[in-house]
Amino acid sequence: MIEFRQVTKRYDSDHTALRQVNFALDRGELAFLTGHSGAGKSTLLKLVMVMERPSAGEVVVGGQLLNRLPRRQIPYIRRHIGVVFQNHQLLFDRTVFDNVAMPLEVTGASPSDIGRRVRAALDKVGLLSKEKMNPMQLSGGEQQRVGIARAVVNKPPLLLADEPTGNLDPELSADIMNLFGQFSQVGVTVLIATHDIALVNEMNRRTLTLDHGRLVAGGSPLMGV
Amino acid sequence: MGVALALPVALLLVLMSLEGVSAGWESGARVTAYLKLDVGVDEARGLLQEIESDSRISEVELVERDQALAEFRISSGLDEALDFLQENPLPHTLLITPEDSARTEAGVEGLVRYIQKMDSVERVQVDLGWLQRLNAITEMLSRAVWALSVLLAAAVVLVIGNTVRLAIENRRDEILVAKLVGGTDSFVRRPFLYTGAWFGLGGGVVAFILLELSLWWLNGPIERLAGLYRSDFSLAGLSFDGAFALIIVAMVLGWLGAWVAVKRHMDDIDPGEIA
Ligand SMILES: Nc1ncnc2c1ncn2[C@@H]1O[C@H](COP(=O)(O)OP(=O)(O)O)[C@@H](O)[C@H]1O
Ligand SMILES: [Mg+2]
Repeated sequence: MIEFRQVTKRYDSDHTALRQVNFALDRGELAFLTGHSGAGKSTLLKLVMVMERPSAGEVVVGGQLLNRLPRRQIPYIRRHIGVVFQNHQLLFDRTVFDNVAMPLEVTGASPSDIGRRVRAALDKVGLLSKEKMNPMQLSGGEQQRVGIARAVVNKPPLLLADEPTGNLDPELSADIMNLFGQFSQVGVTVLIATHDIALVNEMNRRTLTLDHGRLVAGGSPLMGV
Repeated sequence: MGVALALPVALLLVLMSLEGVSAGWESGARVTAYLKLDVGVDEARGLLQEIESDSRISEVELVERDQALAEFRISSGLDEALDFLQENPLPHTLLITPEDSARTEAGVEGLVRYIQKMDSVERVQVDLGWLQRLNAITEMLSRAVWALSVLLAAAVVLVIGNTVRLAIENRRDEILVAKLVGGTDSFVRRPFLYTGAWFGLGGGVVAFILLELSLWWLNGPIERLAGLYRSDFSLAGLSFDGAFALIIVAMVLGWLGAWVAVKRHMDDIDPGEIA
């Protein structure tokens, strides 16, 4: 599903965020991406989203080489990737429902289709009863679940999460992680960036570890399991 | 913004009305031919017939020298002074009215050359001078109006562009998220381009209302003024086509302004800034 081949990302002439990173994630696999702050976790996820381009090496997502992807093709790649952020990026000028509906609206889906799929996604994260509320009225954990509903509403084959539990207490974090586990069970590839080592250890999954831009563990599937 | 749109259109209307006036007067262009002093009445009558038979001529009138002197006496008030003259200093005069088709500037000039060449004609005079001046003035005015239009159109584009820029800044988060979940550039731009076009439409309608109001307000005084000068000058209002064109142009300008704003301020909102 995701394959990095000798990927290097340099931001400024001498500042290197990723160095010759190699790894591959299979369809339906759930993996963690850990490392100290500034290790390059977010950068790696941005390369998958084509929010950044690699300085060297190849990034392949869903069988497609992203290096020379024309700018106008980027949106169509993103429609196959769900993303969850630490600060969830919800819009406070609209309801929970409308927030979750955005990935469907950009594809021009019909209103009835949107209604059906948004409710299915909200149901999955246990927030169906709050669809008409403003995200501002929800707790941190609920907001994060709205973010997850938005990420999965169009059933993407790939789900990325950048510090999805950064602001949550351990119990809520475990809830969220279980949710990700459920998605991977139905065949979604999930990659979660986090520096919460305790949580990672508890889940006992494949773990990619970055250190100053180098992948020091989990690069080959055998090592992490 | 309505004013910015209304102003050039108003000037354009005034201009078109003025051009109507000069077109009306052009038809009044007349050629006066003064014959040589030694030309007799019979010869003058022969000339009249010759000129009248030309296809470019609508009408010729002969003012005989005695008659001319009598008229001059009355109109000048130099009655007694003229008595001292031993002979009539005025020549026979032909007042020539060209046919409609020959009333263009070139046509009249051709006519003048034709008459000037005749042996018994001393001098030919055309009442074109002030007409050319009026034409030159309207010509200059129309250039000024176009220049002003371009400036004001640019102003409209800038004003709407700025409004749309603010709208983009207010909805920055929304744009970011839309791009993040796979919204294409055109999907993200569309509402802002529509906003611009709607602003343009609003400006166009306001401009139209301003124009109609000021026309309605000015028409009374203008009619009275025109009446004083026995002119049929009147300010023409905006036709339906004209109003339609005004509003369409305003919408296009609005769309253009929005497009400039979108190009400059939206395309650089990049999801890369998140996290
Ligand atoms: N847009 C950017 N421009 C320049 N440097 C950046 C940019 N984004 C990240 N970096 C740098 O790249 C390194 C890795 O950052 P990041 O991928 O955000 O790390 P992490 O998410 O693991 O904390 C850091 O040193 C950071 O300062
Ligand atoms: Mg990060």
